[in-house]
Amino acid sequence: MTDIAPSADALHALVEGSGAINVGSHAIEVHGLEKHYGDYHALRDINLTIPSGSLTALLGPSGSGKSTLLRAIAGLEVPDGGTVIIGGSDVTYVPPQEREIGFVFQHYAAFKHMTVRDNVGFGPSIRKQPKAEIAKRVDELLEIVGLGGYQERYPSQLSGGQRQRMALARALAVHPKVLLLDEPFGALDAKVRDDLRQWLRQLQSETGVTTVLVTHDQEEALDVADHIAVLNEGRIEQWGSPREVYETPANTFVMSFLGPTAKLRGELVRPHDLVLSKRQIDDAVPVTVERVVHLGFEVRVELRDGESTDLSAQITRGEASRLELAVGDQIYVRPGLHVDPVAPDSAQPAPGLEKTSA
Amino acid sequence: MAVSTAKPPRVPSSSAKRRAGRSAPGGVGPGGLGIATLWLSVIVLLPLAAVTAKAFENGPGEFVDAINAPAARAALLVTLGVSLVVTVINVVLGTLIAWVLVRDEFRGKRIVNALIDLPFALPTIVASIVLLSLYGPQSPFDIHLNATRPGLVVALLFVTLPFVVRSVQPVLIEIDREVEEAAASLGASNRTIFLKIILPTLAPAVLGGAGLAFTRAIGEYGSVVLIGGGIPRETEVASQYIQKQFEIDRFANGAAISVALLIIAFVVLLGLRLVGSRAARREEAAR
Ligand SMILES: Nc1ncnc2c1ncn2[C@@H]1O[C@H](COP(=O)(O)OP(=O)(O)OP(=O)(O)O)[C@@H](O)[C@H]1O
Ligand SMILES: [Mg+2]
Repeated sequence: MTDIAPSADALHALVEGSGAINVGSHAIEVHGLEKHYGDYHALRDINLTIPSGSLTALLGPSGSGKSTLLRAIAGLEVPDGGTVIIGGSDVTYVPPQEREIGFVFQHYAAFKHMTVRDNVGFGPSIRKQPKAEIAKRVDELLEIVGLGGYQERYPSQLSGGQRQRMALARALAVHPKVLLLDEPFGALDAKVRDDLRQWLRQLQSETGVTTVLVTHDQEEALDVADHIAVLNEGRIEQWGSPREVYETPANTFVMSFLGPTAKLRGELVRPHDLVLSKRQIDDAVPVTVERVVHLGFEVRVELRDGESTDLSAQITRGEASRLELAVGDQIYVRPGLHVDPVAPDSAQPAPGLEKTSA
Repeated sequence: MAVSTAKPPRVPSSSAKRRAGRSAPGGVGPGGLGIATLWLSVIVLLPLAAVTAKAFENGPGEFVDAINAPAARAALLVTLGVSLVVTVINVVLGTLIAWVLVRDEFRGKRIVNALIDLPFALPTIVASIVLLSLYGPQSPFDIHLNATRPGLVVALLFVTLPFVVRSVQPVLIEIDREVEEAAASLGASNRTIFLKIILPTLAPAVLGGAGLAFTRAIGEYGSVVLIGGGIPRETEVASQYIQKQFEIDRFANGAAISVALLIIAFVVLLGLRLVGSRAARREEAAR
């Protein structure tokens, strides 16, 4: 990671030039957004408020409308109804050219016939900025994204991760009010993805540019985002901090999309919130141990209850050795005291939305 | 018996043998290469060599004289001028038509798309007669292009229409729309996107199509013969001049003009290819 860590000076320069920091207001507001593709209802009454300087993840399964929403914010898709407000002005019908955004695509969308320098300098150059100024800014940005010295290369001579960093530099070159990223690391392998994720997080928090990141990877969202909007079938199911959506999911969809679940007496709980005991305790359900899987730091215990329903519990190694579990053991399981289990189909309105709307 | 100190004979490893026997990935192997060479020789090289031999039959002096004859030079210049105009029009309109066929949705698009190639199917002499009846002395639209250079241009446009359209179309279909969206998000107007992003990507295909249209135009005979009227130094093109030479049994003269056309075509195609592949190579490198 050290080779691509942004230098403090370079970052400072970037912030100076960027009009992005405006803490305390809302960078993006979306009200009652609707989008149909023929008969298909891709976005249903989307309401979302994204605070300035934050990193928000749009998280949801494939086809849930994440890209459509992001593209509507960018102006690449015209909604059928509702409004999009960026930096306080209604841009619903403003073309992308005039929205002052930066957009990064999953497959880089590099200008293949241009060098890295010309790619990154594209935005400033069509704004007719002086050549020397453009060159200076390009060099600066390439330094920040860890591509210093790659100015004269063509995109085909870069790795996927390098191409995506070039795309990021290209988007940042125009001092965008908001940075929109559609699964930017989706095409990269796990190691590079991890590195770039951390690096983006650092870049974002130091530059303070309001960022919206689309992902279908809940780990990625939990890892980097200040706020997560969970989408499903064109709706926002919940909006909140990573902790909120993980620990107090609004409904079973959010609960099961954000992590593993176990069903106990018809209620969903996280496997690591289950308490196992060899003795009969209050509220506990009797179960049989089916399998004990050692996963390094943690141990997964697969269980079967009286109605032959399988569930698994996640416990620490210490806990496992204390319990001395063996296949076939008769034990008792109950939810941990601090957890509120989610009753299935308790589809309440997403609590996060009220709190944050303007 | 002397103890052999020589190195043991090198047994080629099985992997080396396999490597030697095989062609590079994606290659066709020696068989394919042989067939391609033979085919090119029989179909292309042999006839071209025969024409060239005929052209130089009476020595290089005669060859130069044949080309320098005033009527011959005039025919060559008319041919080149008209073909150049035709090529430029094709580049612009062919690209536009390809664009409309790929990017716009309209009723009857499939039919229009199928129509593009039809000029190829029409015998060129029929094209010439049809054009003459439409734009000749009895033109129903009162447009009289017979025996004029614009008449030649129209006839050549008719027969060269598909070249640019068909070479640009597949490239345009393959263009990544996200690249254009990225440019738009960076503030580029549609015009800028076309000029700076799309056109450079299309350039090799446009140039390739232009080369085909140009070479077809300089050699064309059938479609121009009637509407052009073959007026010497006015509308007489090289192919008509050659035919006239053949009629008066000056075969070497005709062959000399043919060779001149071949050289021009070769130089133009090579030049266009070089320009086109420079752009293409950048994109393809290390992919
Ligand atoms: N141009 C289009 N025409 C028709 N339907 C579309 C179009 N774009 C998207 N859709 C549909 O809208 C729905 C939402 O698409 P969207 O691309 O927003 O999903 P997503 O959440 O980004 O999914 P993924 O994670 O697979 O990218 C999908 O069912 C998709 O088929
Ligand atoms: Mg998507």
